[in-house]
Amino acid sequence: MATTPRRAAILGGNRIPFARQNGAYAKASNQDLLTATLDGLAARFGLAGTHLDEVVAGAVLKHSRDFNLTRESVLGSALSPTTPAYDIQQACGTGLEAAILVTNKIALGQVDSGIAGGVDSSSDAPIALNEDFRQTLLAANRAKTTGQKAKALTRFRPQQLLPSIPQNTEPRTGLSMGEHMAITAATWGITREAQDELAAASHQNLAAAYDRGFMDDLLTPYLGLTRDANLRADSTVEKLAKLKPVFGRGEGATMTAGNSTPLTDGASAVLLSSEEWASEHGLPPLAYFVDGQTAAVDYVSGEEGLLMAPAYAVPRLLARQGLSLQDFDYYEIHEAFAATVLVTLKAWEDAEFCKSRLGLDAPLGSIDRSKLNVNGSSLAAGHPFAATGGRIVASLAKMLHEKGTGSRGLISICAAGGQGVVAILEGA
Amino acid sequence: MASDFYGDFVRTGLGKKVVSSVGLPSPVRLRRYSPTAPLIEGTVLVAGHGDAPLAAHIASMLKSLHLEVVDEAPVSGSLSAVIADLSTIEHPEDLESLRAIVAPTLKSLRSNARVVIIGRPPEAATSPAQRAALRALEGITRSIGKELRRGGTANLVLVAEGDDTNVDATVRYLLSGRSAYVSGQVIVVGEGSPVEPGDWARPLAGKVAVVTGAARGIGAAIAEVLARDGATVVAVDIPAAGDALAKVANAIGGTALQLDVTAPDAGQRIVDHANTRHGGLDIAVHNAGITRDKLLANTDETRWRSVLDVNLMSILRMNEAILGPGGLRDGGHLVLVASIAGIAGNRGQSNYAASKAGVVGLTQALGSDPELRRRGITVNAVAPGFIETEMTAKIPLGTREVGRRLNSLQQGGLPVDVAETIAWFSQDANAGVSGNVVRVCGQSLLGA
Repeated sequence: MATTPRRAAILGGNRIPFARQNGAYAKASNQDLLTATLDGLAARFGLAGTHLDEVVAGAVLKHSRDFNLTRESVLGSALSPTTPAYDIQQACGTGLEAAILVTNKIALGQVDSGIAGGVDSSSDAPIALNEDFRQTLLAANRAKTTGQKAKALTRFRPQQLLPSIPQNTEPRTGLSMGEHMAITAATWGITREAQDELAAASHQNLAAAYDRGFMDDLLTPYLGLTRDANLRADSTVEKLAKLKPVFGRGEGATMTAGNSTPLTDGASAVLLSSEEWASEHGLPPLAYFVDGQTAAVDYVSGEEGLLMAPAYAVPRLLARQGLSLQDFDYYEIHEAFAATVLVTLKAWEDAEFCKSRLGLDAPLGSIDRSKLNVNGSSLAAGHPFAATGGRIVASLAKMLHEKGTGSRGLISICAAGGQGVVAILEGA
Repeated sequence: MASDFYGDFVRTGLGKKVVSSVGLPSPVRLRRYSPTAPLIEGTVLVAGHGDAPLAAHIASMLKSLHLEVVDEAPVSGSLSAVIADLSTIEHPEDLESLRAIVAPTLKSLRSNARVVIIGRPPEAATSPAQRAALRALEGITRSIGKELRRGGTANLVLVAEGDDTNVDATVRYLLSGRSAYVSGQVIVVGEGSPVEPGDWARPLAGKVAVVTGAARGIGAAIAEVLARDGATVVAVDIPAAGDALAKVANAIGGTALQLDVTAPDAGQRIVDHANTRHGGLDIAVHNAGITRDKLLANTDETRWRSVLDVNLMSILRMNEAILGPGGLRDGGHLVLVASIAGIAGNRGQSNYAASKAGVVGLTQALGSDPELRRRGITVNAVAPGFIETEMTAKIPLGTREVGRRLNSLQQGGLPVDVAETIAWFSQDANAGVSGNVVRVCGQSLLGA
């Protein structure tokens, strides 16, 4: 048992191309998507029949039957059936949180190898029974006599046949994530042009990454998709400018389908291990997982924006690591909406915000925008909620490996419920 | 894969009656290789002309494998193989020895029998008469191949003077089910330092092999057979075929490497992957290939270039890394995949034929390259004929049926037949075979 923390290495990753809702993966389940992703990872790293110490993954939109989603996916994959697994869920932070959990166990010597991943299908959504109908059935189930059962069932009404469909809204405010973001974007004065520029860059960067073969060892095709279905290689600011706003109201509405992520299906997985395990298996580390941090904000009262938590998490992580915001070679800020990225960056530059909200003496400052999401992000790739963390960790690890030993990358992911998960990676 | 309805039908009771009464082709189920089965079942006749040094060597080798070996045809009972050593013939008159050994056996050969003729390369003959006699062996062998029925094959092995002991792996290959779909071929055995495997059931144990175009068809079969023979396999295919590639890699416990073989750094990435993950590279199989069929009159520059680029020029580029420093280990094996289209030509496939004929030329050049020979690296090629794959399943029924039957074995080959020959080329025990192009075509009439 290691007495001092060990470095957790990122050996590589795999994901399937992300499909648009009701697209290529319309009839695939979360388990199908995650199994295919694990199989692609196993093939890339020669892990067929290999025992790993654990696989951690999750889904945001999840059927109750999938209580053991990750373990079932492992059993359906080429990995050894002796590989344990568990599910986690932290909204869009699920994938990155899974990586934090596995790497922490590696650091403590509790495991030597593991996979962190995530999956989501917005197409194969868990439609539930109407809540009133469910209560009716439960009451009938509790009844002891046939007469009592019959009486309980008389509470049934035809409108109870309407199913309960998962909503992309915050339970406590009833506002969709886009509506929340529109409020924050307006507060911070984020322009339509700036958002469209960020969106166009995301598409162009990801398309270039595919073209130069960067994705060759990050992706395995699935069900006929070989690239992300949402990717528009020819996207430009001019084309994006023609889209009508979908969130926000009136003159100040800036958020369109082009600068917001669409509902997507997909899965990702990252192979993590101790340095010893990597060396024994002939797998050179791409990067090390240095540290992670979560934060949450009070968005319910309206005091803070729903997707602002990463702005709070990052300074805590920087302080712990003795780093400044400028000490990074790459920044991966999840593009839930183009405005999310822009508000986060603006907040870190804002002296008042940094002082009053973050309790800092000076603002974190600005970043070199040429280091931001250089191979595209969620606006281009799409965002199957729990799969985004794994997509970013694998891609950033590869970028840092290419950049060289000691290079640094920062990951920032916002999540529903006013939460944020952030992490630092270092090139190996 | 298209079902071979005719082939299945003729193996039924009714089918047998119909084909024998009207003289239709009657293909048998070929005997294929299994690591757990004996090399060949039944009696093997090993005889020769004069003092027949190779017959003596081969007979002793086969006896050590506990095979039943005789030196003359038994009065009753059948033979499963005939090995005739004609290595000491000096004049066409001596060919009578071949007739005398083989002719009496032909009517009593078991199904899936093997006839192996051994000679010397005619180029090394010391007189015109000897050269004529040695060259005659090829014509005789091909004729025997066409005369044999019920899955029998005939092949000629030319062993260079002084390299007699290098013939063992080739004899094993020809007697076994590995050569099920190989007939009428000439295999030249020359210098080299063969290394016998510790276990003949896993002749590639501990070796690292890379196979391009491994996601499906013949490439997938190559990956499977090399893995069955003990190799750790790196399966390579274009990123767009990654899902099928992953299934192949996982099924054989190998690794999947998604890359386009036409990428400028493809060879280096293959070498880096093999070195980093598996500590080196012993076997490289250039199998990736495409077709873009059109009559030459209608072939534009794009169709011309893409086929030559994938099938031939990418191999030249990748070889710079694979045969360069840090690439294939000394004593390693490079195998290329040609095609009978490259030998016979094919209407509508001028680009493909050009690329595959080019592969033959490349194999000959590299196979005799002094530096590669010094490093003990062998370079050989297979030239598949009609192989039952997804690709040939798309050929219209009539054309397909003709392609399938126009060979001595009267049936199409399977991807595994191509793979078995490649696996044999990849054996260290086969170090004396380099620069050979072996057709896996059932002795197709095309380009014969």
